[in-house]
Amino acid sequence: MDHIRTPKVENVRWLDRLTPRRIAVGTLYLSSTHTIFVENSDARKETWVLHSLVGSVERLAGTPAGCPLLVRCKNFQVFQLLLPQERDCADVYASLAHLSRPERYGDLYCFSFQPNLDKEERERAWNFLDLLADFSRMGIPSNLWHATPANHEYRVCDTYPSELFVPKSASPAVIVGSAKFRSRGRFPVLSYYHRDTSAAVCRSSQPLSGFSARSLEDEQMLQAIMKSNPASEYVYVVDTRPKLNAMANRAAGKGYESEDHYSNIRLHFVAIDNIHVMRSSQQKLADVGDLRSPSMGDFLWGLENSGWLKHIKAVLDAGVFIAKAVAEEGVSVLVHCSDGWDRTAQACSVASVLLDPYYRTLKGFMVLMEKDWVSFGHKFSHRYAHLDGDPREVSPVLDQFLECVWQLMEQFPCAFEFNERFLLQLHTHVHSCQYGNFIGNSQKERKELRIRERTHSVWHHLWENRVEFINPLYRVDHNQTQGVLRPVTTPYCFKFWKNMYSPVERGVAMRLSDCLNAVREESQQLEEELDAHQEVPRETDAEQGIHTPTKHACLETTLALYPHATVPSHTHKLGQPSNICPPFLKNPRVLKLVTPP
Amino acid sequence: MTMEFSEHIKTANVDDVVLKLPLRPALKGTLCVTAHHLVFSERKEEGSYQLLLLLRSVDAIEKRMTGLSGSSGTIVIKCKDLRILQFDIPGMEECLNVASSIEALSSLESVTELYPFFHRPRELSLSEPWGLSSPQQQYAQTERLWDRWRLSKVNRNFSVCMSYPRTVIVPCAIDDITLAKAASFRQGGRFPVLCYYHRSNGMVIMRSSQPMTGANRKRCREDELLLQAAIDESEMGYIIDTRSAQQAQQARMAGGGFESKAFYHHWRRLHRHLERGKVLQESLIKLVEACGDPSQNMDRWLSKLENSKWLSHVHSALSTAGLVAECVERDGHSVLVHGFEGTDTTLLVTSLAQLILDPASRTFRGFLQLLEREWVQAGHPFRQRCAHSAHSHARLRQECPAFLLLLDATWQLGRQFPLALEFSEVLLLRLAQDAYASDYGTFLCSSEQERCALQVKENTHCLFQFLLRREEREKYVNPLYEATDLAIWPSVHPQSLQLWTGLFLRWTEYAQTMDEAREEIWTIVKERKETDRPKGCAHTTLSRHDSFTNVENLMDELTVL
Repeated sequence: MDHIRTPKVENVRWLDRLTPRRIAVGTLYLSSTHTIFVENSDARKETWVLHSLVGSVERLAGTPAGCPLLVRCKNFQVFQLLLPQERDCADVYASLAHLSRPERYGDLYCFSFQPNLDKEERERAWNFLDLLADFSRMGIPSNLWHATPANHEYRVCDTYPSELFVPKSASPAVIVGSAKFRSRGRFPVLSYYHRDTSAAVCRSSQPLSGFSARSLEDEQMLQAIMKSNPASEYVYVVDTRPKLNAMANRAAGKGYESEDHYSNIRLHFVAIDNIHVMRSSQQKLADVGDLRSPSMGDFLWGLENSGWLKHIKAVLDAGVFIAKAVAEEGVSVLVHCSDGWDRTAQACSVASVLLDPYYRTLKGFMVLMEKDWVSFGHKFSHRYAHLDGDPREVSPVLDQFLECVWQLMEQFPCAFEFNERFLLQLHTHVHSCQYGNFIGNSQKERKELRIRERTHSVWHHLWENRVEFINPLYRVDHNQTQGVLRPVTTPYCFKFWKNMYSPVERGVAMRLSDCLNAVREESQQLEEELDAHQEVPRETDAEQGIHTPTKHACLETTLALYPHATVPSHTHKLGQPSNICPPFLKNPRVLKLVTPP
Repeated sequence: MTMEFSEHIKTANVDDVVLKLPLRPALKGTLCVTAHHLVFSERKEEGSYQLLLLLRSVDAIEKRMTGLSGSSGTIVIKCKDLRILQFDIPGMEECLNVASSIEALSSLESVTELYPFFHRPRELSLSEPWGLSSPQQQYAQTERLWDRWRLSKVNRNFSVCMSYPRTVIVPCAIDDITLAKAASFRQGGRFPVLCYYHRSNGMVIMRSSQPMTGANRKRCREDELLLQAAIDESEMGYIIDTRSAQQAQQARMAGGGFESKAFYHHWRRLHRHLERGKVLQESLIKLVEACGDPSQNMDRWLSKLENSKWLSHVHSALSTAGLVAECVERDGHSVLVHGFEGTDTTLLVTSLAQLILDPASRTFRGFLQLLEREWVQAGHPFRQRCAHSAHSHARLRQECPAFLLLLDATWQLGRQFPLALEFSEVLLLRLAQDAYASDYGTFLCSSEQERCALQVKENTHCLFQFLLRREEREKYVNPLYEATDLAIWPSVHPQSLQLWTGLFLRWTEYAQTMDEAREEIWTIVKERKETDRPKGCAHTTLSRHDSFTNVENLMDELTVL
């Protein structure tokens, strides 16, 4: 509590930057985990914002009305506080600035978050997903592929999981030799096996080839991958970097496989830009979503200028290339970038979503996230700035994968069992540090942090709330849910992800899927929930700073039934030069940033 | 077949023609040219494919010689509904003949030669009623209009205004002589008439053309009286001028102008500039060109999309309509809308404002009635505006996709309010198609006067009546529709407006998966209807909160992540 000098400020005004007309007056509380705003109105409405979701806090120039603080959240929500006293403002600013950038893992919210689960339940929740079961679900033929004990205790590669699948013909010496020849020891391993064609998607980091170096073991490893797909005569090596970048890496003793040294490989570059390009691109995109009252031209220009959709297309194109090679040509693919934990994770997981209908189900998608991202050492804590650290490590790598899936959902509305809300929720949880799944940068680190003992798993929580996340158009026997997805990737198929980047308007225009869910809701139930809701204002447990459960899931459904009612939107005054102002947000509590456990 | 048609057909039948359609394998068969159609039949024993293409729907045609020394030819047909098809025709002469037939027969000048005058399906009879609505009906149905507004037949011979219907609704206080004088002060005689009455507060929307004040700032007492009679002494009305203030000033040089504050004391003028005419047409052409660009370059697509400005036009249309609706509903003012002629952007704005405000216009029938009143009867010059769509490089004359823009803006409303419209996107697509080329007479001609003179109603079938037949209607309704009495305020943030993929990418794979989704929605809704609803639905629970405030309070309680 040392960092909270002023835990309570009265007469604070809270406003959403895009809707200056709606200003709520109330009391601001700072807890060790949340910023809480309680309105003075009779309803005593509350808004809770997790400190870990706060991306930045900015002090704006003081006005006669008070001292403004601008808070931007990592899930692109923005709000402004107006504090009456300069001193309070400085205190709150200092507290927030500090609390939103914890320095040690132990300070993260997940270590103090206590949902109502006993030890056994917690363990069961952690065992909800089973990656080994997924590998056997793929139908891996045991004469060609097997689990290797090589990485037990993370002996060979400390950023890989301990359980890895490799070609059966690759001896331990080949594995170790190959690992020595790859950046950070990330040797080629199986990511996905496609039963229909026996082709596989493998992943690794770049080889340490420089201009001429070679490794017999590494070459043998690729041979082994090829031989594990008896029908094919070559493997694709997909380097997900722009060729120029890959070439530049050779000067540093890294680079890519030479077709002269590796027999039977076909190199293919798919030009996904690096994390720094992506970071600045997303920043520009967020600025577009943030524009106050842009013209259509401003908006489209900003969208183009950000380059964001171009990058999304590149990631999707990489996935499409791999999926085609595997499903249509029956050729195995080795995917890598530099370290093999960003672009490689994107390309492999997009390909998996395209190739296997299972990964388009709610549970299957969780498995995929756990496999290609969590277990394979995507550096969550670095990329999503869980701790105060090097800003150059931060990059929206997973955001791009989620967006690729969203773009696919837009193109194939019946293909996915889950809905957009699930993706948004997942995005929030990757940043919120409320659950332990995404803490740290590797399996090894999570083990050392005793994540399974000290924190809770988000997957089980999401699964328990799955009613909220089901796409009503999904049907197991629909042709879009069968077999391989073949998306069109012409530029016109890509859209601005409004509900991610302009979240202020959430709840105004209803999504069709919500309406359909509403249609599916039993009316009786709905009526009861509605009654219940009217009686029970939200209770809170101020000490712990945790929400108690509310019925907002079902109420959202009610809202979906009445999109008409939610919409007062034209706030412009007659005679003013501006056109119609943005639809105004009825309720700043839409900014509630954490789902109650 | 009359002589005139057969003159245009030198080769009526060609065998071994290869047809290439979007998203289909090539087909081989016989091509046949008739007076109004291209007929292609695949040569196959069973399940053979047949294409019946209305020649009027051909927007542009390209021909080129192929094969050895030009022994065969290829004809590419770009349709007004944006579909592109290709025929490979053996024989150079046959190819040229077919091409010239298509060119001639797709651009027949005389309205009575067009297909609607020949379309005689067995299930329809010419004696059936034509049209759904009229100012008389509208007046008769709105009892509350009666004490202040009357029906005037001043235009019964179309002598006061060529482009108005015979009857119009005007203030009781204004007699026909005054109307005629006011008409002479408005371009094309389009004096202010009522087009919408807002039941909850008695405010109205009127429309007209620009006043002919000219460089000398002429005034017209009758016109001033007419507008004054539309509102109370104490009230303030708003004139929404769809031109920029500068354009309105410049219009004076050409004899037009605007209502000066000095003479229209109780009216305030606001300018909201909407593009029109050639600019809109070029915007459509650019957009369609961008959608057909096979390039994989994202920057190129986005800059072409922006450069077409189509979405900006959708944005302005919805914003201006929202402004009108807000004047009427929120601020309680009557509104007069006009631009120049009052036949394009004016109608766009008044009809969109009605969709926002009036639940009745969001029903299937109500929407068609709205289109009939606000576009067909109100004299939107369909004949000129929809002569060509986006592919034609023929010299464009008065083409302008104002109606398409209305359909697009309506689609945006439907997307933002999935439950609010009783009709689906499929209806909008059908209307977009029929406005440009149709089996029916509804969109023929540019005014009621022309329709009377050519006896359109006697000799063609009415599209709107046809669409309302039970078997047809089913194809076009929105399964999710739930009536609401509330206004639907669209979001006009650029982020909230989207490219209408259903129309502009209709013939791509992209649209196919959307069709599948639509089917799926139907399945769900049907299943839902089959499983008995136990109690009154939750909707009724909410509807019981009849005041808006209650609903608002309820919404305040909701949190959406």
